[in-house]
Amino acid sequence: MPNEPIIRIEDLHFTYPGDSKETLRGIDLEIAAGSFVAVLGHNGSGKSTLAKLLNAILLPTSGHVYVAGVDTADEERLLEVRGTVGLVFQNPDNQIVANVVEDDVAFAPENLGVESSEIRRRVDDALKTVGMYEYRQHAPHLLSGGQKQRVAIAGALAMQPRVLVLDEPTAMLDPVGRREVISTVTSLCRERGMTVVLITHHMSECVNADRLIALSDGRVIADGTPREVFSQIELLRREGLTAPATVRLLQTLREAGYDVPLTALTVDECADAVAGLLAAGAGRA
Amino acid sequence: MLKDITLGQYFPGNTIIHRLDPRTKLIWVVIFIAALFTARDYLSYGVMIVVTASIVYVSKIKPRTLLKGMKPLIFIICFTGVLNLFYTTGGVTLVDWWIFTITTEGVKRAVMMVIRILMLICGTFLLTYTTSPMALTDGFEILLGPLKKLHVPIHEMSMMMSMALRFIPTLIEETDKIMSAQRARGADFDTGRLLERAKALLPLLVPLFVSAFRRADELAVAMESRCYHGGEGRTRMKQLHFARRDYIALLAGALLLAGIITMNVYGL
Repeated sequence: MPNEPIIRIEDLHFTYPGDSKETLRGIDLEIAAGSFVAVLGHNGSGKSTLAKLLNAILLPTSGHVYVAGVDTADEERLLEVRGTVGLVFQNPDNQIVANVVEDDVAFAPENLGVESSEIRRRVDDALKTVGMYEYRQHAPHLLSGGQKQRVAIAGALAMQPRVLVLDEPTAMLDPVGRREVISTVTSLCRERGMTVVLITHHMSECVNADRLIALSDGRVIADGTPREVFSQIELLRREGLTAPATVRLLQTLREAGYDVPLTALTVDECADAVAGLLAAGAGRA
Repeated sequence: MLKDITLGQYFPGNTIIHRLDPRTKLIWVVIFIAALFTARDYLSYGVMIVVTASIVYVSKIKPRTLLKGMKPLIFIICFTGVLNLFYTTGGVTLVDWWIFTITTEGVKRAVMMVIRILMLICGTFLLTYTTSPMALTDGFEILLGPLKKLHVPIHEMSMMMSMALRFIPTLIEETDKIMSAQRARGADFDTGRLLERAKALLPLLVPLFVSAFRRADELAVAMESRCYHGGEGRTRMKQLHFARRDYIALLAGALLLAGIITMNVYGL
């Protein structure tokens, strides 16, 4: 990608105070502006810790994290860093601060001291972006999980961040809510050029990403396009991660002696590959 | 049972009471309480009852909703009534049995006291029923703003208030969930004597507290992520404005209090 990196991580180590074991053990990453990056890993891999290090909620034990060129350890520029990287968490109930949707979305710009007419504009804009504008007067606790999570995303967008980091935003949602959130996030990146870092343990949510980073035990174990990472099926298996159903199907076919590519990730591509195989088989017969 | 808790709830509406500035309403409640506790005789009580009833009428809050909200407070109301009934002396003795003595003065005091408490509850409930929690805490913060100069943490207090109000429905929902989960495993919350029932609640409180602390922790991180750094340099999306109706309401409040005090002084 030609863009300059918006986030640069250099030899990042992190240990929680009072913990004897390092949670993150040396991470070097650059994240390009405008890209959609998925971070994959199972519980305890350090992925949530990584999210909190990206906007100075946690500071590195050693190493550096630069956000748009600013070191997150620079206390003078703390608000600048947090305003650049919007963070969305797993449980929507615990990140909504107000009793009315629009008041909640206004929380971040209010904290930044933005003028009231400008806040109004940003709130309306953010709510329209996530498709929750009609619900602006509602009480958040009466919304569905997916809707609440979209409100939380709007709350981060109202800061006008350049990067949106989502820490397992779909873990507590039903399939409908999950789809709502993922499609909102995907279109934010594709249509608005927002840099998106999606932390998840659902393989299927990573399929549309530009880049997939797999974390295990505080280290990066795989980094590349989803195609490249998912085709390393042995590695995934060893780390206890399962590839999407499409890749597993193709893998099974391969093991049975059929010649199919392992890189057909989406359902459509996979169907094409299987159809191609069947057509070839029919031709031979 | 838990669904009945209407404390701190807001019923959106568009009446003049709803549209009043939250600061006006807060000042009004203080005036109202002062007037209530100054009122001593029938006439001033009559005035207070008429005032309370007309506010309820104008606000279009259903009296039934108010009564429902009072349900958890029945015990306190009865308790105060009974205390006043037995511990007031004077007037003609009506009943004199064992250690209990009821006098006409006692009956009068008890009735007056219960009416006073009922009006007090009505007044404060109307405040939260007709004002959104955000507006309420904003009003609170601005009104007491001058105290910040004396290093009283007004912003923090108002933020805590609004957080508490925000989490009431969430925690009620959670309590219901934990209760159902424990009922499913044979817990019994509804039968037995008072002490037994209180004991049954203990295993409910532990998970509730644990989860409340976890929520608080996550909430703090989420707030920090959204650049929260205390009240300094904070702006507001919805700014409060005093309109003409606010000045009229405040004037009416001042007149009410003055009137009640006058009645008291002249012993009307």
